[in-house]
Amino acid sequence: MEMSLNPVRVLKNEAQEEKAEMARLSSFIGAIAIGDLVKSTLGPKGMDKILVANGRNAGQVEVTNDGATILRAVGVDNPAAKILVDMSRVQDEEVGDGTTSVTVLASELLREAEKLVEQKLHPQIIVSGWRMATQVALDALTAVAQDNSANDETFKADLLNIARTTLSSKILHQHKEFFANLAVEAIIKKSGGTLGDSFLDDGFLLDKKPGVHQPQRIENAKILIANTPMDTDKIKVFGSSIKVDSLAKIADLEMAEKEKMKEKVNKILKHKCNVFINRQLIYNYPEQLFADAKVMAIEHADFDGIERLAYCTGGEIASTFENPSLVKLGECDVIEQIMIGEDTLLRFSGVKLGEACTIVIRGATQQILDEADRSLHDALCVLAATVKESRIIYGGGCSEALMANAVFKKAALTSGKEAIAIEAFGRALLSLPTAIADNAGYDSAQLVSELRAGHAQGKNQLGLNMDEGKVANVRELGITESFAVKRQVLMSASEAAEMILRVDNIIKCAPRRRVPDRGYC
Amino acid sequence: MNAFPGTFAFDEYGRPFIILRDQESQKRITGTDAIKTHIMAARQIASTVKTSLGPKGLDKIMVSSDGDVTVTNDGATIMKLMEVEHEIAKLMVQLSQSQDDEIGDGTTGVVVLAGALLEQAESLIDRGIHPIRIADGFELAAQCAIKQLDAIAEPFPVDPNNKEPLIQIAMTTLGSKIVNKCHRQMAEMAVDAVLNVADIEKKDVNFELIKIETKVGGRMEDSMLVKGVIVDKTLSHSQMPKELRNVKLAILTCPFEPPKPKTKHKLDVTSAEDYRALREYEQEKFTLMVKQVKDAGATLAICQWGFDDEANHLLLQQDLPAVRWVGGPEIELIAIATGGRIVPRFEELTPEKLGSAGLVREMAFGTSKDKMLVIEECKNSKAVTIFLRGGNAMIIAEAKRSIHDAICVVRSLVKDSRIVYGGGAAEISCSLAVAKEADQLSTLEQYAFRAFSVALESIPLALAENSGLHPIETLSELKASQVAEKKPSLGVDCMLTGDSDMKSHNVVESLNSKKQQILLSTQLVKMILKIDDVRSKNDGSM
Repeated sequence: MEMSLNPVRVLKNEAQEEKAEMARLSSFIGAIAIGDLVKSTLGPKGMDKILVANGRNAGQVEVTNDGATILRAVGVDNPAAKILVDMSRVQDEEVGDGTTSVTVLASELLREAEKLVEQKLHPQIIVSGWRMATQVALDALTAVAQDNSANDETFKADLLNIARTTLSSKILHQHKEFFANLAVEAIIKKSGGTLGDSFLDDGFLLDKKPGVHQPQRIENAKILIANTPMDTDKIKVFGSSIKVDSLAKIADLEMAEKEKMKEKVNKILKHKCNVFINRQLIYNYPEQLFADAKVMAIEHADFDGIERLAYCTGGEIASTFENPSLVKLGECDVIEQIMIGEDTLLRFSGVKLGEACTIVIRGATQQILDEADRSLHDALCVLAATVKESRIIYGGGCSEALMANAVFKKAALTSGKEAIAIEAFGRALLSLPTAIADNAGYDSAQLVSELRAGHAQGKNQLGLNMDEGKVANVRELGITESFAVKRQVLMSASEAAEMILRVDNIIKCAPRRRVPDRGYC
Repeated sequence: MNAFPGTFAFDEYGRPFIILRDQESQKRITGTDAIKTHIMAARQIASTVKTSLGPKGLDKIMVSSDGDVTVTNDGATIMKLMEVEHEIAKLMVQLSQSQDDEIGDGTTGVVVLAGALLEQAESLIDRGIHPIRIADGFELAAQCAIKQLDAIAEPFPVDPNNKEPLIQIAMTTLGSKIVNKCHRQMAEMAVDAVLNVADIEKKDVNFELIKIETKVGGRMEDSMLVKGVIVDKTLSHSQMPKELRNVKLAILTCPFEPPKPKTKHKLDVTSAEDYRALREYEQEKFTLMVKQVKDAGATLAICQWGFDDEANHLLLQQDLPAVRWVGGPEIELIAIATGGRIVPRFEELTPEKLGSAGLVREMAFGTSKDKMLVIEECKNSKAVTIFLRGGNAMIIAEAKRSIHDAICVVRSLVKDSRIVYGGGAAEISCSLAVAKEADQLSTLEQYAFRAFSVALESIPLALAENSGLHPIETLSELKASQVAEKKPSLGVDCMLTGDSDMKSHNVVESLNSKKQQILLSTQLVKMILKIDDVRSKNDGSM
């Protein structure tokens, strides 16, 4: 019967299966493409990318140098590429910086692996070689890491150096000295002015205005921070509805409602606060009541703002107002409106806990602001990571060259096929300084070979000076990076590359059919 | 095409009448054709997972219909995510699922074995042996193999004070997975977790007490075993204390909201007085609820439902930290761990029903404000949580699957402590025994026996192939030396160490798992061989 001649279809209609060489090829290509995409942003002379949004906010433009931001925006279909994107996202969440390095390193590892697989090396042998290499590299990295946390002076210098190094590849480059000095709690963005106009404000800034006819400046403020509806309090008993049979009764109910609100306001006032900040809306009527009582009332402060405010003023977020004595009020010396450019902001200065401060970033366009925000965020993350894990290492390709040096040595000592994989790992590590030099337009081959030779001779503080295009002692240049970030880059990249390399089969299920939307849910 | 038997019949006047309707819209295959198509489909499935067998097996990327990526080495997961359509292929998927449910490990092996059995059956059918005879022969051969397994099985001491042997076994299971980077640590975690909850006397392990929680980020080495419960929730109010000691937990399944009667009702507010009364009732209710919890002596409220803003603040004011939206299984686990009772109503809360824990704290991760709640030093210290970290979401998902496998294996050892040696050693030994038995049979079944013996060899063959060894050469050497040295522990030397005695590598598998593999795959093969007619709706793709 003809039936038996037909191929047996096991998977669904549109499903695809890629096996062995094809699968490997497709994952290598995907991963390398992603690496090449972000490679040009690496290093102090790296270039930026313009991302044009799709979908809901189509046409919106973003200019960025941040690997994670770029990768988040490019929609990828290739499974291996997806793994790399996911990895850089995690790097962003975990340590905040090194998102580009981790992607480039992983894709360079896979580029090397592709050659090795072509030479008929079993993927598992490559993996076991890489594991040895990762361990050696990590040991080398740990050995040179320095811990200056005992000495406050040098530790601060380290932090400054790290911030400077992190910011140097970003748009804030021109003002890196300046920004590196900022230590931060909150970031508020305001367009207008130039980046140099940015400043660090002691205290807390809230992008809100008090209600009309209310005091605009309050000294010795007692702040009640609340999360409560100040429109009409809805009845929470389930299933209740209001049913009236005459107009007069509606008026009655309205009165009752108004009375309830007034009572609530009175209760709030009993707390003896002179500032009332609510997360939810405040309607006109209570606002007017607050104005009468000379209380500054601020509505619709966002959740993060409220929490941070509660944290720094030492108040608590209240939702019931029955027991004034139990509610802790926030305190600060002065609340005033300040003008930044043309916008007014509220400044809470002299807060009780005294730890909060806000960075106001000024810049000509929204894009610059966003990028500055991201860059500062990166710097802050790295600083925070460094405070936690105080060891530092030297940047500018120094640590990569150092690790590569250790890895090459290990390769020379290893007998067996793993040695080839170990060597490949070393080459992949060196591709990072190569990319940095290339991006700056220098002769990478010359510089990297000088770097390698230097490290082989034991000068383990040599790195790339991208201002002058030569190999120099990075310690003197103050190019410093956080050990935690570098370690994470190394581990994540080798983990992800290993994962992709181990794959020999890709099965894609049939894409889900989009059911036409009927317009309602 | 339409003249399938049984479709038409003729009455005494020679007029045809239709017995089965709509033949055109149906697909049908019968007899040997059906069996052969089925064998083809099953073999195709087996060949997909075959390359992931063994410590040097490779992984698969699975892209779901929504574009989500999963990277895995676990047979059952691969099959589940393949979304197969063919009926027989679906049976194969179920086969690995049932191995997964029963034992938790060996899901790849069972599929490969079934595939090999079917391949052998095909050539027997070509030689004209009736499928039922083959099926019966396989059944007998399986029993023979099981007998051999029992004979070569060795007792394995499960001793809570000496974990080393168990760790070795867990390491064998984890050997083929990506987590073998921190191989030993993972194995130790799995063993500790099982031993913690195991009841050695009764040989029982309650799986409900082991929870695997994951969080993306950090390094795999940061994974740990927590003797307590981890909940992916935070305290309901950001200003509640982050660390509590000597906690009394009230475990509630009622919301901090005004009660909702179950019967349908309607409440009409018709006057201003009603409105006020209702308001007072509401406030009273909130205070009462908090008071009831407080009066029972609770210092932490775990609630399955949400809180109203007002209730939330009242709780803060009354110094009663609380956690909201805790899921059902987690609430149960907390109840078990802390020895508390789950209370459905505030009225029923009494001091005896409270659970107790030594330490409850919030744990923060990374730069984003991720937090988790850890409940430790519980009354019933048996509940444990394995907390996994890793560089990306896929690697964690795979680590979770791997550790689950390892736990399952350790558990099956606690239940039945006999073992056989891995690396294909047990299969070779069974294969030899079955082949020997075949010659003593006088009936047709001896062909099935021989086929069965060849099929068993497929596992060591695949292992050798995946490890980059010469499969046939390795197998024949192993067979010869097993016979010569009478050592059933000789297996494929996957790690290329030069020593093929699995005993010295500590590559062992539980007897139970191996038995199950052979039984399940034989059952399935019998079932497939017995099908001779398939009807399905024709979707036009053929």
